Amino acid sequence: MSVTKRYLLAAAAAVLLIGLTFIIPSFTSYQLAIVCAYLCGIAGLTLLTGAGGQLSLGQAALMAAGAYSYALSANAMADAGAEGPLLLLVPLAAAVFGAAVLGLAVGLAAGRLHGPYLAGFTMALVVALPAVTSTFSSVLGGDQGLWITVEKRPTALRGIVSTEAWQAWLAVICSVLVLTLLANLLHGRFGRHLRAVRDNPVAAALAGINPARTKITAFVISSAAAGMGGGLLAYTTQSAGPGAYSLVFSLFLLMAAVVGGIGSLTGAVWGALLLVALPHLISTATSRLELSADLSQRLDGNLAVAVFGAVLILVVLLAPQGIQGLLVRAGGRLRPPPSASLPPRSTEPAPPSPATAPSRIPAPSGQLPATPKGQ
Amino acid sequence: MIRSKLRLGTAVLAASALGLASCASPDEGGEAADVPGITDTTVTVGTHQPLTGPAAAGYSTISPATKAYFDYVNDKGGINGRTIEYIVKDDGYNPANTQTAVREMVLQDEVFALVGGLGTPPHSAVLDFVNDNEVPDLFVASGSPTWNQPEDYPYTYGFMVDYPTESRILATYAQEEFPEATYCFFGQDDDFGEEFQTGLEAVLGEDGLADAQVYSTANTDIAAQISSMKEAGCEVNFLATINGFSAQAVGTAAKLGYFPQWMASSAGGDFNTLSGYLGENTDKLLQGFVSANYLPGYSDTEDEWTAKFAEINEEYNAGAPFDGNTIFGMSIGYLFVEALQAAGENPTRESLMEALESGDVTGNGHAPLGFGGDSHRGYTGAMLTRVDNGVQSYFGTPYVVTGTEAEEYTVEEYTGERTAMPADGLPE
Repeated sequence: MSVTKRYLLAAAAAVLLIGLTFIIPSFTSYQLAIVCAYLCGIAGLTLLTGAGGQLSLGQAALMAAGAYSYALSANAMADAGAEGPLLLLVPLAAAVFGAAVLGLAVGLAAGRLHGPYLAGFTMALVVALPAVTSTFSSVLGGDQGLWITVEKRPTALRGIVSTEAWQAWLAVICSVLVLTLLANLLHGRFGRHLRAVRDNPVAAALAGINPARTKITAFVISSAAAGMGGGLLAYTTQSAGPGAYSLVFSLFLLMAAVVGGIGSLTGAVWGALLLVALPHLISTATSRLELSADLSQRLDGNLAVAVFGAVLILVVLLAPQGIQGLLVRAGGRLRPPPSASLPPRSTEPAPPSPATAPSRIPAPSGQLPATPKGQ
Repeated sequence: MIRSKLRLGTAVLAASALGLASCASPDEGGEAADVPGITDTTVTVGTHQPLTGPAAAGYSTISPATKAYFDYVNDKGGINGRTIEYIVKDDGYNPANTQTAVREMVLQDEVFALVGGLGTPPHSAVLDFVNDNEVPDLFVASGSPTWNQPEDYPYTYGFMVDYPTESRILATYAQEEFPEATYCFFGQDDDFGEEFQTGLEAVLGEDGLADAQVYSTANTDIAAQISSMKEAGCEVNFLATINGFSAQAVGTAAKLGYFPQWMASSAGGDFNTLSGYLGENTDKLLQGFVSANYLPGYSDTEDEWTAKFAEINEEYNAGAPFDGNTIFGMSIGYLFVEALQAAGENPTRESLMEALESGDVTGNGHAPLGFGGDSHRGYTGAMLTRVDNGVQSYFGTPYVVTGTEAEEYTVEEYTGERTAMPADGLPE
């Protein structure tokens, strides 16, 4: 029942946001599309780092894998003469698949690492990206990246919706889909396994959960979400290049997840919004001020980074559970009833949800043989 | 619980999107005939430039020069009573940023036209967008022939002499001057290098290049490539490199005790910029360095354009160092003002495009512009410069490259006169 309701609400959210694109200016629609694309990547981190406790700095590389998968498949299909919805959906699927495959490869190694070692390893992925693209520049287009043939909005819609609104539609639908799937996973058996492994791998193994497999699965799922984000970015910006997926961007994604509230998917929404809105608001503000050309040139681009850093420090000091944590606390003060957030780092195995609670103690069949440890 | 979370998420997204929407700037009002970016007193244009990031060192001084020229024009009363407002957005040479910056200028700031957007990768990313939105996309600061596709991209016009043209001119000169030499090539690992090499081979023959090496901007160590060229006995080396890598090539070769004749593209042959990289030995290292150019030379104090631009630079650009980038920026500014003037008293986007198609807009280069109904090519020729005792100056006559397709380009000497500078450097 609750799952059905979740689907209904997700559909309602999608319809509402799509309706919104008829009201807002097209530049804002474009920003909405970017927010949704970032949201996919950040939500993946929420699952991996928030629920799974695996600190990854490499989300941008996985988004890049999605973007390049999109670019290569879309261009190959366009060369072969494909058009219509196929040219839109197949590359998106390829983006998710490509990133998931990379995620699996990374996850297999990452399953053995933890803490700073994992962070270092995933960071190396992002740092290596420009070298990879220039080494295989005949396929990946070097520093310049790839220019993508994209399927534009259907002819029937031209004149009714702008390109930007159409991009926003696609991004809204895809990100709502990703968020719903992630919410299902987090609130289901997999989410409980994940948190159990995060909080105490030994205890989790004793309970019949295979920690390595759970970690790797988390990596693959998080990568697939990032791949969807990368695919959406590739579609919206019509290009895939190493410059768009820098280390700074990767750190920004993690910062957004932390500032928004690493424990919850709603926090990811906050983070994604902040990531797009903050630089925009800052540059709008500085352009309204009468600054000397030299000073505004120095501030342009740099000020947003500084403000983001300051916000991160403040959030970590004052509200370790991020914006979402703050809101929940504020909401809790207004009306006392049950708190509505996943307690991060709780020692309970899971917040029991009525639909799935009965199956929570014994591990499902098929998982036991893999965990002989301590038995 | 889940429900409340999702509901909250939806509310958050919706509220924030509305918030963003309300930030959009409202119409300023007072628009003449409802042309985007044009009011009775102003014309708003925009550009995207690498003010930060890897390309900033070589190119961040261009837009201040353009702005200085516009300020000068505005002080002289503007164009038909309208002053030019020039929006500069930093994209850090990153196509992903260019996407956002250009959309903001076109959709939110509602610029009349884009002027001098810089860089092949950044600008390629917005080519479809600006043409779909029918925004004049003028004088792209890149030598790629991509901008000359009037059929597919009717709103985009080039500016710089393109790589196929420039490479053919350098190769022709090399054949005349060093007929027996071993020719080699060092270029950037993208369209720039590729098209340059194709152009060189079109003149020198399929196997005219004894060695061809490439570099990636991500890797500044090019010792392997230069050693290979030295081993191959290269005597004349063509460079399809940006300034930083031209300097790197010359410096690395000198460390290896290797002093060939260099022939550089205009994109990487500005003496002042190179000397910034090479330091105190610049004069010795760059002695005899040949490069193509088509705009007034900044060291050419006899040139009326150079003198005027230097004066404007002193007064409106706070006396910033005067170099090739300054001339480049001001020349783009001049060309836009000339086009705007030709677009009539009450310019529209259509009349601006017509003015350019008429071919009456001439610019200030040593070679003619290729603008017309079926060509959006920028400068169609170039002249060569040589460095002698630390001074880079023009020599010989300009070349022009004619033909409609790159495959059938032919190089000729250009005998036409450059347009004289109108009084005060203001188009009439």
